[in-house]
Amino acid sequence: MTDVNLTLVVISAVLLGSGVYLLLERSLSRVLVGLVMIGNGVSLGFLVAGGPAGKAPIVGEDGDGTGIADPLPQAMVLTAIVITMATTAFVLAMAYRSWQLNGHDDVQDDVEDATVRRLATIDVTSEAYTATTSDFPGDDSSGDPGQGPDDDPVGLDPRTGDPAESDPLRADAAETERSGS
Amino acid sequence: MNALVPLPVLLPILGAGVSLALGRHPHIQRWLSLAVLGGVVAVAGVLLVQADQHGPQTVWIGAWPERLGIVLVADRLAALMLLVSAIVTLAVLAYSVSQGMTEDEEGAPLSVYHPTFLVLVAGVANAFLAGDLFNLFVSFEMLLFASYVLLTLGGTATRIRAGTIYVLVNLLSSTLFLISLAVTYAATGTLTLADLADRLEELPDHVSLMIQLLLLTTFAIKAAVFPLSFWLPDSYPTAPAPVTAVFAGLLTKVGIYAILRMQTLLFPDSPLTDLLLWAALLTMLIGILGAVAQSDIKRMLSFTLVSHIGYLVLGVALGSREGTAGTTFYVVHHITIQTALFLVLGLVERRAGSTALMRIGGLARIAPLLAVLFFIPAMNLAGIPPFSGFIGKVGLFQAAQSDGSALAWTLVAGGALTSLLTLYAVSKTWAVAFWRSPKEAHEALEAIGATDDPDGEPVPGHDTRAVHEHRGHVHTAGGTVSRADIEQARRLGDDDMPDRDFYTLIEAGEDNRHSPGGMLAPAAALVTLSVLLSVVAGPLYAFCDRAATDLHDREPYLTSVLTGEDR
Repeated sequence: MTDVNLTLVVISAVLLGSGVYLLLERSLSRVLVGLVMIGNGVSLGFLVAGGPAGKAPIVGEDGDGTGIADPLPQAMVLTAIVITMATTAFVLAMAYRSWQLNGHDDVQDDVEDATVRRLATIDVTSEAYTATTSDFPGDDSSGDPGQGPDDDPVGLDPRTGDPAESDPLRADAAETERSGS
Repeated sequence: MNALVPLPVLLPILGAGVSLALGRHPHIQRWLSLAVLGGVVAVAGVLLVQADQHGPQTVWIGAWPERLGIVLVADRLAALMLLVSAIVTLAVLAYSVSQGMTEDEEGAPLSVYHPTFLVLVAGVANAFLAGDLFNLFVSFEMLLFASYVLLTLGGTATRIRAGTIYVLVNLLSSTLFLISLAVTYAATGTLTLADLADRLEELPDHVSLMIQLLLLTTFAIKAAVFPLSFWLPDSYPTAPAPVTAVFAGLLTKVGIYAILRMQTLLFPDSPLTDLLLWAALLTMLIGILGAVAQSDIKRMLSFTLVSHIGYLVLGVALGSREGTAGTTFYVVHHITIQTALFLVLGLVERRAGSTALMRIGGLARIAPLLAVLFFIPAMNLAGIPPFSGFIGKVGLFQAAQSDGSALAWTLVAGGALTSLLTLYAVSKTWAVAFWRSPKEAHEALEAIGATDDPDGEPVPGHDTRAVHEHRGHVHTAGGTVSRADIEQARRLGDDDMPDRDFYTLIEAGEDNRHSPGGMLAPAAALVTLSVLLSVVAGPLYAFCDRAATDLHDREPYLTSVLTGEDR
């Protein structure tokens, strides 16, 4: 593998990197775009794996198999593309359903996470805990409803992290409402 | 060449197609699915005998020259997994047919359940039989896609929330799988396992190590090995009971199977024992500590599922014949009881209206049959002596002991501790859900103010009873409960039966007294099967041992695939 096509490698790497970045977003549709980019990056990776480009991957009538492109990676990429398409459709449907149900398509918190956090609020509110919860209100860049720090009914002050409600149980009820489950 | 080998994949796929076309005739659909799965059980049984007597059964699909086609291999391990998974899926399907889930799930796309279930079965079978990595990838996609649909069946808010995480995690692992396939192909020029077995040895160490780690990470996500396990307990409990049962029983085990196959066939010289042993230890302990903390039985069982994956990884990590044999036996045991437990839980939920521990009680008196059906596999899970769980754990511990390293001994200690903690978790469930009376449960719930209107103010009831609250823990006559448990119980209960616990239901005469025989029978059959596993443990363990010998010898597999000859 001395003659690797560097352009393909770089494009694949850029796609993968951007895809991973988008994957870290809260909004499911951005995550989806990220997944599509990753999928395409991997497909390009397969082309690199297939070796240098050649003629069409078909052995001609004269039976001369030299210089043709390796057909196997192309077959695999085709399969992978079909699967990615199907998953994209499915995730889109889920994002739409999530929007129907909640008014936004944000990936919501793990119930376990919420429980552990709730337990921490009630039981021991250490300084480390307040420090970690203060940066939790989601990304404000997406401008989506229900996740911004302003309309967060729990009312955690983003600067100090103190619960606005002194009664933790009220905060719980509010949080239950917020997570919509 | 054995024409039976592709049938466990083909039958369900064709059945799924026909079943989809018959969406308007649910009766025919049901009988068709049952007949197809019955057929798969029969074929898997025959394959098991053939693989045991004549060595691995191989089919090159399409009979291309030059070994270009797709190869399916049924050796002892694959055939055993195939048979167990077929039996379990048949039981689950019978259960769900009786539950009438294709009818009373509100808003669900009704006709979709049966075809999807069959595709899932086909995917699982294909994963066990796959003789090349790309086919393994395709079968993972088949079973994952079916599982996406089953998990989000009906599209309710909780299922969409849980499904999102599940789908994203699995998409990511599939992408990782694709990357490792590209790397493997670039390095070796083949993806057929038998060819890879030779060519990987010729690669420089660091390249083959990278391929191994990539594949291992991929499969560890599927198998829910710590630290890649956190998606599981969050997503599984929300699905309908039979779906959770089949997921818990099979899907993670497919990942373990892939790890086992890959470690023994592709990388026999690089067992990565230390890394995997640490992963096994952490999976066991963190999983079971999670289970102990849960207040919902489904969640508790999902955490024990993660925890017991640790035992399976332990056997693989040792890289010895004994370890592999122990893992194989433990997989068979664990598939059976985990599925059985979730099926029984489905019945408990139907009877008591909830699986949240705060809301139920007294099932031992009210539904003794259910109690027995829960008790046996629960004790089996904890590894109480006469049962197969004990035998499997002893097998694994012996394998670790003959390995002899300090870490292996630590694993024995960790495994024993996990076993005890499992016992603790299931006996807590037993004591609360089955032993105390519903009235006690209700009073405890009422005393701590958790039966109030969920939208209103939760009133801590320390003015009315001998209840006081201290640092988030509510102390009542019945014991100490953390406030968070109550909150969680209420929230989880909202899905099925808002602010009505079992006692209220009984008082109102609205509890569901009828447990249909069609649901009881498959659950009881699986529990019986799990007990039978300890009766036939001798021959079964001997079989697992032969399977493990084959795996570590590699020769039967390679000969069968590369020359197409039966021994």
